Amino acid sequence: MRFIFKIILIAGLSYLFELFLPWWSVVIAAFLVNLWMPSKGFVDFLSGFLGVGLLWLIYAWLIDSDTASVLSARIAQLFNMPNASFMIAITGLVGGIAGGFAALSGSQFRRIFIKDEPKRGYYS
Amino acid sequence: MKVVKFLLSFIITIALTVALSIKIQSIPPLGKFLDPFHGFWQNAETLIPEGSPSLALEMLEAPVSVHYDSLLIPHIFAENETDLYRVQGYVMAQHRLWQMEFVTHVAAGRVSEIIGERALEFDRMQRRKGLAYGAENSLQALMKTTLGQVQLEAYAAGVNAYINKLTYDQLPIEYKILEYRPESWTPLKTALLLKYMADDLSGSDSDLENTNALKFLGKERFDFLFPSRSMDAEPVIPPSKKWEFKAAPLDTPKVVIADTSEFIMQVMDQPDPDNGSNNWAVAGSKTRSGKPMLANDPHLGLNLPSIWYAMQLNAPGVNVMGVTLPGAPNIIIGFNDSIAWGVTNARRDVKDWYKIHFTDASLDEYYYDNNKLKTQKRVEEIKVRDGTTVFDTVTYTHFGPVVFDSSFPADSVNNNKRGFAMKWTALDASSELLAFYYLNRADNHAEYVQALKYYESPAQNFVFASAAGDIAMWVQGKFPAKWREQGKFLMDGSTSELEWKSIIPNNHNPQVLNPERGFVSSANQIPVAQNYPYYVYDDTYEHYRNRRINERLGKMRNIMPKDFMDLQNDTYNLMAAESLPLMLDTLDIASLSVEEKEVYDLLLRWNLYNNVNYKAPSIYERWWENLYNLIWDEFDQDGIEIQKPDKETTIDIMNNYPDDAFIDLQGTTVVETLPEIVQESFSQTVKELNAWKEEHEEEYFWGNYKNTRLSHLLRLEPFSIDKLMVGGGRSIVAANSQNHGQSWKMIVELGDQPKAWAVYPGGQSGNPGSPYYDHMVSNWSSGKYFPLLFMKNKEQIAAGIMFRQSLYPTTDTEK
Repeated sequence: MRFIFKIILIAGLSYLFELFLPWWSVVIAAFLVNLWMPSKGFVDFLSGFLGVGLLWLIYAWLIDSDTASVLSARIAQLFNMPNASFMIAITGLVGGIAGGFAALSGSQFRRIFIKDEPKRGYYS
Repeated sequence: MKVVKFLLSFIITIALTVALSIKIQSIPPLGKFLDPFHGFWQNAETLIPEGSPSLALEMLEAPVSVHYDSLLIPHIFAENETDLYRVQGYVMAQHRLWQMEFVTHVAAGRVSEIIGERALEFDRMQRRKGLAYGAENSLQALMKTTLGQVQLEAYAAGVNAYINKLTYDQLPIEYKILEYRPESWTPLKTALLLKYMADDLSGSDSDLENTNALKFLGKERFDFLFPSRSMDAEPVIPPSKKWEFKAAPLDTPKVVIADTSEFIMQVMDQPDPDNGSNNWAVAGSKTRSGKPMLANDPHLGLNLPSIWYAMQLNAPGVNVMGVTLPGAPNIIIGFNDSIAWGVTNARRDVKDWYKIHFTDASLDEYYYDNNKLKTQKRVEEIKVRDGTTVFDTVTYTHFGPVVFDSSFPADSVNNNKRGFAMKWTALDASSELLAFYYLNRADNHAEYVQALKYYESPAQNFVFASAAGDIAMWVQGKFPAKWREQGKFLMDGSTSELEWKSIIPNNHNPQVLNPERGFVSSANQIPVAQNYPYYVYDDTYEHYRNRRINERLGKMRNIMPKDFMDLQNDTYNLMAAESLPLMLDTLDIASLSVEEKEVYDLLLRWNLYNNVNYKAPSIYERWWENLYNLIWDEFDQDGIEIQKPDKETTIDIMNNYPDDAFIDLQGTTVVETLPEIVQESFSQTVKELNAWKEEHEEEYFWGNYKNTRLSHLLRLEPFSIDKLMVGGGRSIVAANSQNHGQSWKMIVELGDQPKAWAVYPGGQSGNPGSPYYDHMVSNWSSGKYFPLLFMKNKEQIAAGIMFRQSLYPTTDTEK
């Protein structure tokens, strides 16, 4: 639940930031959310990856279907991609990677100042 | 450890964010570019264009409404002229900002700023042509007139109002791909655009090539191979026209050709030799409606975004519709309630070269008569993207810029003593803008004539028709009065004897009003018959389209718009009609292989129309090319710039001088005859076409073989369109070759209310992400037209208005 909540929070904050700020505001969004709610290692990364990545993917997909892929098909060709769907996927991927690393940095920054919690769970 | 972990991921994050924000080589900044909220996705448009229906603009004095019809053609209604031009600039920028700015960068030699070092030599050439210098001259002249100043400044204010409110997400896609931003629009940019057109349309000349040819051939042979007038030419102005004036006498100097001890190895690139156009008008006596009709189709490079943009402009005193050049105010080709006008290129040798005798290598002074004259040095500062600033000093003589010298071109082979200065009317101050201003408002023939007085360069044949019943043609431009052959070859720049002495007075320029034959027409042929009192020369006069048009117009009666459409789309190949029978007759049929015989039969049965679904036009074109190259193989001289004789001269020689020495092939020891090279070129053609078929995996139907295409200005393939199935070709009325052709087809029927039909290869929007980027292309290639909506006033309730935009002034309280 916490993980899903984080994804939604990152996506929501990214969306808000994007209304007023350039693209890199998603990096800040993912960073801030993880600063506030750090989790562990790969899970952090994944929260930023999915939060920003899905936001970009879905928004790109919406524009693409609204505009009958006229532009995305041309840009796909420009990037030597087979079709517009690849442009949607790449958009999600690039947003995801940026969001993922930002999220990782956010929680790691936080972890400098908090003590390690006692290890939970069975996978430690 | 935690700190190290953090630092590691933090550095990666920062590095990644930076890397995704900057352009790396040709890859746009990926994060910025792909971001669906601001990046390229924001350039994707729907069928109903978004845009604020009402908009406050600080620059306006009164409200302006813009009605967009179903073709996305804006109809601008303003309450005063200044607002009209402001909104024209605004609307233009809204649809074509990147294109209009890019073209002015091309003219100014500033492409390196955008795409980097690979454009450097191109930029240097543009600057040595002096286009920016010419634009500055024109700008000065225009800004001295109130009318010029008002138009230029209003237009610039409109463009800037749009630029100033542009955020990254709204930038045209090309700016995002190349990662740069538009700069402010200035009146100079409009002047640059007009000089860009002047270069495209009057930049061609062959003085240096002719000089080489003369050296190579001798004068007698040169005159035989490069006649200044073809036998069966039909001039623009009918030969029956009497000239009621005499030219002032000119003394031909004794020594006219500069001494060049060696061949000239470097010349300027020529504009596309097919740049031309068709226009014609017929009198009411020949039309079904009893009113005159007019047609025009300018032939230019087929690019996207298209060179033209359709628009209606309305303000007190003006109501005009037609096409505008993105970057310049007014309508360039079009009509109003009372008149219609159109243009074709009026070729004339208006660019001459002078060999300068410098006193020393510093190029500071040169000999002229018995004096030494000082040169002016213009330092050109070329800023290269992501790199250095390159300074190039261009030396100006009183003739004009010295294009070639020891530092240009960079890879020059033979440059030590060279100093060729260019004298060219396009570099002079001129005020074409005023001509269009007055044409837009002209009501009758007298006002059309009055308007043309402001027009100098590039020279054009202005066709005219009026609702009052007049038709006319005026060959307008700034033409030097020359003695015979002045400027045909490189001239000696050390004596005033060889200078241009005067300009032909405006009212001596060739013109005709209501000729007896009931029509006027031009298609880039020679303007006048021998009886015209001035010397007229150009080496590129067109020889086929014009005669086909005249033949058809001569026969037409009860003309309706459909007849004009058919004529604009006419694919009859007159050149083939005048050369193919000879080629086929010369062929020895008995010696043909089975395969060759089949090809021969195709040609034999051909009706001479260059239609897309025929194979014969492909065969003829290829065969002609091969034959032509075999005949003129003598001209393939390594590195020496020289031109081959033109098509009509070649056909004349094949017909009347089949034993000419040049028929023989150089590389062989035997003496070839015409039948032998006809045979050889035919076999070669059949082989090549079969190879073409295998390579392309399709039949060589004319449409496939010709492959007419619209290329994006940056040559980006996905933004271009190829394989357009459109008939016609070079020397054909429907002049559509591979990447060149009918850039705007317009037909106007005058009457109480003018009716017009038009189409162009492209669309109103310059955005590849808009459905209006190419929405007229399929109609254009299939020869169909759109009726134009010409609104009487803004209250006219017109079907087909897609949406309206109201622009209103910002009131003081809102500021």
